[in-house]
Amino acid sequence: MRNKLLLILCLLLVLGGAPTWAQEIDPLDTTAAVDSVALSSPAPVSMVQAKDKGNDHGHAVVISWELSADDSYGDKSVIQYEVFLWKPFLYDTIQTLRDRVGTAKAHLIAHDDDSRDWKKEFRRAQKEFDEIMKGLTEAHAAYPEGGEFVNVGKVPCGENSFKHIGSKGNESGTYLPDYTDFYYRVDAVTANSEIRSQSEIIGPVQCYGQWFNTGRNPVLAAVLIFGFLTLFFVKRARKGSKLYVRPIGGIEAVDDAIGRATEMGRPILYVMGLGTAADVATIASFTILGRVAKQVAEYQTQLIVPTYDPIVMSVGQEVVKSSYMDAGRADAYDKDIVFFVTQSQFAYVAAVNGIMLRDRPATCIYMGKFFAESLLLAETGSMAGSIQISGTDEVAQIPFFIVACDYTLIGEELYAASAYLGREPVLLGSLKAQDYAKAILLIFAVLGLVAANLDFNVFTELFHVTN
Amino acid sequence: MKRQLPFALVFLFGIFMLFQYFVPHEKSEWVYEFLLDWVVVIGIFALALGIWSLFRVSVDKIKLRKENYGYSYITLAGLFVMVAFGFTHRVAEPWGLYFVWIILSLLCLASLMQLRASTNSGQKKKYLASALIFLVLAIIVAIYDDAWKFYFYTAEGLENSMFRAFFDYILIPILSTMFALLAFFIASAAYRAFRARNVLATLLLIAALVVMLRFCPWIQSGDTAWVSKASNWLMNVPNLAGQRAIVVGIGLGIVATALKIILGIERGYMGKG
Repeated sequence: MRNKLLLILCLLLVLGGAPTWAQEIDPLDTTAAVDSVALSSPAPVSMVQAKDKGNDHGHAVVISWELSADDSYGDKSVIQYEVFLWKPFLYDTIQTLRDRVGTAKAHLIAHDDDSRDWKKEFRRAQKEFDEIMKGLTEAHAAYPEGGEFVNVGKVPCGENSFKHIGSKGNESGTYLPDYTDFYYRVDAVTANSEIRSQSEIIGPVQCYGQWFNTGRNPVLAAVLIFGFLTLFFVKRARKGSKLYVRPIGGIEAVDDAIGRATEMGRPILYVMGLGTAADVATIASFTILGRVAKQVAEYQTQLIVPTYDPIVMSVGQEVVKSSYMDAGRADAYDKDIVFFVTQSQFAYVAAVNGIMLRDRPATCIYMGKFFAESLLLAETGSMAGSIQISGTDEVAQIPFFIVACDYTLIGEELYAASAYLGREPVLLGSLKAQDYAKAILLIFAVLGLVAANLDFNVFTELFHVTN
Repeated sequence: MKRQLPFALVFLFGIFMLFQYFVPHEKSEWVYEFLLDWVVVIGIFALALGIWSLFRVSVDKIKLRKENYGYSYITLAGLFVMVAFGFTHRVAEPWGLYFVWIILSLLCLASLMQLRASTNSGQKKKYLASALIFLVLAIIVAIYDDAWKFYFYTAEGLENSMFRAFFDYILIPILSTMFALLAFFIASAAYRAFRARNVLATLLLIAALVVMLRFCPWIQSGDTAWVSKASNWLMNVPNLAGQRAIVVGIGLGIVATALKIILGIERGYMGKG
């Protein structure tokens, strides 16, 4: 009996151990091979550094490190790096309060039932939230007491830096306060996320905003040079130097077009496009409108200016009124010369096209910012038999205008129009400055081409703008 | 002073905006965002002026019986109806007297339009009386009808099914139709542009043909692959070079105009050229 029991025990041991033995000796079993590699922790990253991102408004830290010795796929097991930030437990309370504030705010916006209760709840939660936020910097300074490391981002293997960019508003969950001590850690992670190795903890590091963005130095230099050129030529023009400006067909045609409308007894339609009063093209358009309105007032022709933007309408009314007064025809001014139509792109097109087909203007002038409506307007104007002059700085729309209009101001010619129409030396001076700036740019472009071909990167880097 | 103050403000804020580009600090951003908020505030006030302008121009068309003046009624009715839908929402299952209220309000608006359009004082009194009657009736309906409510401070009105229906089934198809016209206009414009009247126009025609053929599926490979290459060259070399030249000119023009405005050299936008 004793021998039988011993035999059964031996058999069980042999049967139970057989698969393990088979695994150890089977060279084709890859699972076993991977497990054996993954079981060992990879080499951690080294030389971890953390610093403020720089050239920004703060709320951002850059963490960099030297790659793990096991970086990369395959036998080298590290497939990504995870960055951890030490956060005090206070953040849990902050998040709860943030949710309360957000819920109350959303309810107040969406509904007005029980609004008094919700307003109270909103004020109470906001007050508590503001109070608790005051203690956030102290809570960070209490490291390592009362907090834990939380994952704030990851990068794939091969990359050795991570930008932790937080939100500047404390209503966001990703808020990263300035002038606060942060502690970071970088984990080298394998395919099995449980198998990882931690770096040393780096900190304290603080983020803060800068007062000057050094990455934009080339832009500053260009603005200063161009500003100097403008002032120099304006001063020269004021002294009485003669400045030649090449004739621009489209601008010269404006006078003829107004004359034609007067002779035909038909109105002039002036369209300022879809730009806002903040667009430089629209501002240039105001200037041209002023000149056109002055001549229209002198010739006593009808002017129609439908607008897309109410602010553009208000400014346009002032411009036209001023021009009528300058022409000594203040009595002929009507506030409805410049009127608002709509802020819907194609509804605006429908309205303007309707005016074209009903009133049959002798001249259509399109100056400003135009988008998909450019061809719809210009083709309708062409069908209405109008002389058409256009000008825009939207590169994609210029071909449409060239095809459908009689004269087109291409790009910068729109900005030059005011100087050209007025023939004022001060304004012509700025045109000269533009020409010289273009010459300088051309020289730098050729030099840059040569430098890039000769791998002389110091020169090309001078013009590199970051941010 | 009336002239100097706006120029001083333009100089002050223009210089701030210029330096703000180089100052990334949060305080600078705060001022920048504060100023942008003011743009929104000004825009809202200007919108009221715009709507008033639209109302006045439409009424004047009716008054002077200009060509197709009937459309002005539709414009103003559409404007009012969408605003009314946007500020109201149904709270009970049937609509109640909601549409009666809409009709009464429209009649009040029509009376006001006629009041402004009429020149005869007797007629004016008649339209004023009818406008007041319709207004009082509309107010009574609004007070006593519990099937719907006004929402001036919250967003319920935007969920009004009538608002959505008018927007989705009337406005969107009309706007799409306008946009679709572009295809036909491109065809007519292309015909005019590509007429081979002289050497340059012929070159344009050939270049356009090559670029258009590039998008034909049977041109992509085999013996005709040169078309693709030629098209790519046309787009990436001469076309891109020309576009870049225009863009550089526009960039400099924008900076020059901005400087002229900030320094008070260019004053045309204030009606003082």
